[in-house]
Amino acid sequence: MIVECGHFALILALFVALAQSTVPLAGAARGNAGWMELARSSALLQFLLIALAFGALMEAYAVSDFSVINVVENSHSDKPLLYKVTGVWSNHEGSMLLWVFMLSLCGAAVGAFSNHLPPALRARVLAVQGMIGVGFLLFILLTSNPFLRASPAPSDGQGMNPVLQDPGLAFHPPFLYLGYVGFSVAFSFAVAALIEGRVDPAWARWVRPWSLASWCALTIGIAMGSWWSYYTLGWGGWWFWDPVENASLMPWIVGTALIHSSIVVEKRDTLKSWTVLLAIVTFSLSLVGTFLVRSGVLTSVHAFATDPARGAFILLLLVVAIGGSLTLYAMRAPALGGGGLFAPLSREGALVLNNLLLACGAATVFVGTLYPLFLDAVGGPKISVGFPFFDQTFVPLMVPLLLAVGPGSMLAWKRGDLLGVLQRLWAAFGFAIAVVLGAFYVTHGGPVLAVLGLGLAAWIFGAAATELAERLRLFRPPLAGVLRRAANLPRASWGMTFAHMGLAITVAGVSASAFESETINVLQPGESLTVAGYTLRLQGVERHRGPNYLYDEATIAVDRDGRQVALMHPERRTFPLQRQSTTEVAIRTNLLADLYVATGDPDAGGGWTIRAYYKPLVPWIWIGAVIMALGGITSLSDRRWRVGLPSRKAKSRAAAPVGPVAG
Amino acid sequence: MIRVLALLFAMLAGLAGAVEPGERLADPALEARARAISRTLRCLVCQNESIDESNAPLAHDIRVLLRQRLVAGDADAAARQFIVARYGDFVLLKPPLEPATLLLWFAPVLLLAAGGASVALHLRRRPAAPPPPLSEEERRRIAEILKETEA
Amino acid sequence: MRRLLYLLPLVLFVVLAGYFSLSLGEGSRELPSALIDKPAPDFVLPPLRTGDAVSLAGLRGQVTVVNFFASWCVPCRLEHPMLMRLANQDRISIVGIAYKDRPQDAQKLLDDAGDPYSRVGLDESGRTGIDFGVYGVPETYVIDKEGRIRRRFVGPLTPDAVAKELLPLLRRLRQP
Repeated sequence: MIVECGHFALILALFVALAQSTVPLAGAARGNAGWMELARSSALLQFLLIALAFGALMEAYAVSDFSVINVVENSHSDKPLLYKVTGVWSNHEGSMLLWVFMLSLCGAAVGAFSNHLPPALRARVLAVQGMIGVGFLLFILLTSNPFLRASPAPSDGQGMNPVLQDPGLAFHPPFLYLGYVGFSVAFSFAVAALIEGRVDPAWARWVRPWSLASWCALTIGIAMGSWWSYYTLGWGGWWFWDPVENASLMPWIVGTALIHSSIVVEKRDTLKSWTVLLAIVTFSLSLVGTFLVRSGVLTSVHAFATDPARGAFILLLLVVAIGGSLTLYAMRAPALGGGGLFAPLSREGALVLNNLLLACGAATVFVGTLYPLFLDAVGGPKISVGFPFFDQTFVPLMVPLLLAVGPGSMLAWKRGDLLGVLQRLWAAFGFAIAVVLGAFYVTHGGPVLAVLGLGLAAWIFGAAATELAERLRLFRPPLAGVLRRAANLPRASWGMTFAHMGLAITVAGVSASAFESETINVLQPGESLTVAGYTLRLQGVERHRGPNYLYDEATIAVDRDGRQVALMHPERRTFPLQRQSTTEVAIRTNLLADLYVATGDPDAGGGWTIRAYYKPLVPWIWIGAVIMALGGITSLSDRRWRVGLPSRKAKSRAAAPVGPVAG
Repeated sequence: MIRVLALLFAMLAGLAGAVEPGERLADPALEARARAISRTLRCLVCQNESIDESNAPLAHDIRVLLRQRLVAGDADAAARQFIVARYGDFVLLKPPLEPATLLLWFAPVLLLAAGGASVALHLRRRPAAPPPPLSEEERRRIAEILKETEA
Repeated sequence: MRRLLYLLPLVLFVVLAGYFSLSLGEGSRELPSALIDKPAPDFVLPPLRTGDAVSLAGLRGQVTVVNFFASWCVPCRLEHPMLMRLANQDRISIVGIAYKDRPQDAQKLLDDAGDPYSRVGLDESGRTGIDFGVYGVPETYVIDKEGRIRRRFVGPLTPDAVAKELLPLLRRLRQP
């Protein structure tokens, strides 16, 4: 019964979305306030209905209602409750429901937090959101309905992949989807602006919080996925340039360009058509990612069960959404107008460089991911594009960008003094050199690129610190003045500092992965091996029983300099239902480095294969990502978004728009 | 579909990945070469790992075979080619540079050049016309606004 | 002129959508064999049943279907009835190769499910499989009279594949 309610709610949501897509749009064109107001109420109603549907599916999973086909295919009565519930989005149909849940959540949020938006713009934005909703709700109801009943109902489910029973993995989709789907708001704003025919600094101010929030969520989602791979896959790999990973990275890269580009529109009223295009492209990449994952066009261990009919439907959605918005762009963008002038060497110029390199980076990842597909479609040879391609193309594109982050953020608007900025960065440069020399010494002349990477990270960090210090006038007494300036510094500035520092930390972690050491041996209980100055002694292995698996737990004593430092317990789990085994790695971290131990199969003689790795700075990869997201959130909490938001008085089309009211 | 499932199961079976101690060659130089070459070959079962990382049985077999070839005296390129002859270019993680892949390898450079050119063009086409002078009505509005903010 | 630049994203997208629709229609995600039209690898394998070794030389002069299977392979069970039909009704001679299987397990499979093979070779190490470029089981190869590999089928043989591709190919290759 609850399931049928959920199903019905979804159908109702479709009709609400239809209304939301059409009536407000007509209202905006005719100036009918009542019709425009419908946008907000329908966005809220759509969200409530979809939330109801989502809740219904969640309930079916929680009580293990095996009369629902989706639950049968993806759940089992033995699964812990947490994983039953998170299993809702572990499959195609359920994750599509999560998708539209996030979409309607964003739409309702825009409706709720947009009092300062002119009604016509708000109506158009919500109308576009509604159109996207219509497309995806139709997709779900017609091809991917999670509420279909199984008759007769089996007595138990087909279980789920044991590897997916993990907190990191269970929670990373919601963040990821909030990110992907959140960029639909920027997309809607862009399309609405194109329909209206104008983009001004006020528009950029409205778009930015939504883009930033989505970007933060996507950063966390990608970082969680990467961290999950690291501790699950048994040797510490954290990025594979897998097509599905790339599908999440590309919107992130272009989203980064978007949030930076919208700063320029807001501050200098230029780069408008470029920013609008970025907003369209970011969400388009999310849509293309959805297509790639669910259509069977690319094989990936991440991909859901595939069905060409679904693929064709999504392709149709893509053609309408992306084709439509890009057509609108081609028609309206030339009229958007130029705006402020700036010298090439200026903050605007630096942000243009930022956009260019990020866009080329995303395009490179795009080409690499899809090239085998293209080649195959034109009848060429079947090749594969793996990490060597991306390492040799993406990384060289990013290096100049990373070098420019520091100086770029310190250049003045309109006309900057690059030489002056570089001189002010002498301390950061010195710090970078010191790190490079230190790293060379410590790693005994380790891989040059990795050492230079560490230097690059130090440069970015030092530059961010210098920029902050200058703003706070840190080295000018009195201290009270510094503290006062720190308290009054706009949160957006703090946000930028944190985000760039987080970037530096991640770059350091990534570079240091070249310095890891590895020892793999077969050990009998009592024997030991050494890795990076640690001695690991296998004390014994015991068999235990878990909730739905059996496991062999090894106890390993870790000594350093003769003293025991830790006791680690890697496990090897066997799931009888699926006849599979998985490895639970033991990781001991001091946040500066990880000691990573995994057990392999036992051999006939009672010996166990022990793989031990010492990975310096690896935790920084994810710590840096979290700090970047925190920077974004800090920026979001800036009072500019909450107080004194610009309002645009209604003016005739002929007159130029009034700029934002100072505040 | 079946194949995808088989692929998933194979990948997940024994996720401790990589070289078994028993596979390692006695000669450290040869072993280092074997590891290096393994890292460039794709595991065909779990299609986004190298055979050095993958724990699939096929990856194990190819690792062993590779080491046999090196012990038999093959140079790196010959040993790699031994595998490529059987599985095709697809097994190479780094796409070979050949006519079909020229566009792939040169894409980043071409994109950068195209992007850079359009940026340069955009910046060059300035200066834009100066904004038109304020009309009487606009002047009055500004005076109003200034009065409001002062009040 | 600059207006045309604004059209570029749309044009690129249309090309992309075109490629996507082409690849949706493709269907086949299998890896093509690197040995198509090349001589089949030389192999000599111990037989499952008593008798002569199973070797490439022994197959020369006739069109052969070689099927890699294993008792531990679930999809192989799916295609087994099809193989029985091909052997019994269509009278196709199929040489089986038990890939990475113990002889007793392979024998048990054939005892339980039926034996469609004219000969069965044992590839316990999997080396012959690698020589053929096998990357999973089941895989089926068509070898012509001169000993060249003409086609590979990856995964269980479907009725569609058999009717539309395998049988016509065999007919074509058998013509003198």
